[in-house]
Amino acid sequence: MKNLFSKKNKAPKNPLTVEQKIKRRNFISFAVFGAYAAGAYGGWRWLYKSPGETPGITAGARKPLRRALNKTELFFRRLTFNENHLVKTYPRSMAAKKIRHNSDIGSEGVMPPEYWKLQVKKISGETLQITLDELMTLPRTGITYDFKCVEGWDQISHWEGVSFRDFMTHFKLEAESKMDYAGMETPDKQYYVGIDMPSAMHPQTLLAYQMNDELLNGNHGQPLRLIIPVKYGIKNLKRIGTITFSNSRPRDYWAEQGYDYYSGL
Amino acid sequence: MKVIKEKHPLVMRWTHWVNFPILAIMIWSGMLIYWANDEYSITIFGHTFVRFFPDWYYHLLHIPQRLAEGMAFHFLFMWFFALNGFFYVLYTIISGEWRQLVPNRHSFREAFLVVLHDLHIRKTAPPQDKYNAAQRIAYTAIIIMGFGSLLTGLAIYKPVQFNWLCWAFGGYHLARIWHFALTIGYVLFFLIHITQVILAGWNNFRSVISGFEIMNEEPEPIIEIKPSDDEKPIQ
Repeated sequence: MKNLFSKKNKAPKNPLTVEQKIKRRNFISFAVFGAYAAGAYGGWRWLYKSPGETPGITAGARKPLRRALNKTELFFRRLTFNENHLVKTYPRSMAAKKIRHNSDIGSEGVMPPEYWKLQVKKISGETLQITLDELMTLPRTGITYDFKCVEGWDQISHWEGVSFRDFMTHFKLEAESKMDYAGMETPDKQYYVGIDMPSAMHPQTLLAYQMNDELLNGNHGQPLRLIIPVKYGIKNLKRIGTITFSNSRPRDYWAEQGYDYYSGL
Repeated sequence: MKVIKEKHPLVMRWTHWVNFPILAIMIWSGMLIYWANDEYSITIFGHTFVRFFPDWYYHLLHIPQRLAEGMAFHFLFMWFFALNGFFYVLYTIISGEWRQLVPNRHSFREAFLVVLHDLHIRKTAPPQDKYNAAQRIAYTAIIIMGFGSLLTGLAIYKPVQFNWLCWAFGGYHLARIWHFALTIGYVLFFLIHITQVILAGWNNFRSVISGFEIMNEEPEPIIEIKPSDDEKPIQ
């Protein structure tokens, strides 16, 4: 039987033997596989060694990766961001007594409220000078939520202050609230963030002057800081000196260090 | 005589090999992210068995201080990981390949016998189709794990917009732990997978590239001698 078959396979009328088929298919498959592997490796080398972006509002990331971050931001902003999506809140008793302190770039030392005024630059060119006492006469909003750091840790903490929405209404900043971005900087301009307006106007965004039962101290942005629960901690600027409004992205400290500009949760 | 036996369809071979580098990049970039808050370890009764990860490990792989870079890579390759996975699942459903892959009611008992056989404790393994029971479970589990990685990833990526998802995984902390644990699961899968591939030999490995295995079959007795139907004429 075996002989009969091998004879048949070797017959000239039957040019492709099983052996030949195997060889041919192996050759094609391994050639394609090799080309794919080389292409994948080449693509990776290209991406890994791709030049950094031109430093501007954002910096420090590879050019294609920055493009991807921005596109991904648009995808998630358009598809998922909804101001009715509220951050989960907790009973106040769950708030940490000792609030974690990570960094105080731009907010070192103390800033007693009497030496400080919030500068709000209106689009008319006028600058509002607002004292902490004035802010404290506005309706007070408190929130106990899970503060999230981009590093990966989180902490339930309690903050009180003026909701950014109330602030905008009270100081008649309607025109400003229609701009695309709010920019905030520390008095010494060492730390600065840009916030897209929908996130700034989110009902849980606060200009906070109090944590737990005390006014903010030096470590936590005395006398006024941003608490924006829909963003990572890097966007929660400590010690706000100025607030500006614009339709283009304001400069942002960590976006200049390779982080995503949006950093929304 | 040698016979070509078709084994893995083209789509399954491609999605397998496309997934491999993507998953490697996801795990690597995930480690760059995890480093920034590396709080996990396996501690039982106060004794720490494994710390994720020791300093020598971080330095060996140049992991420290690359959080922003890790996030940028992770949030790009997540798209490819998801698309490739969806494509694979869609294909197995449409082609009917899922019948070979999804465990059936005998699989869990049989898988135990397969493991005993592979550990050389038992002489025979239960009869199988394309995949044995242990493979069915493993290859289905890995897809569920991939889906789990996507969902837990989404939960910790947008914990506010997807707060229901975050809640479903037991909160932000637990979702992050699941996400990490699934990655450890891939590494364990990979180790066993590689061992089994080496033990199974070249014929099996080649089939994941070429699609076929070579079998030695006793030809069936035939009466009439003519070229068989599946043998194509020269092209």
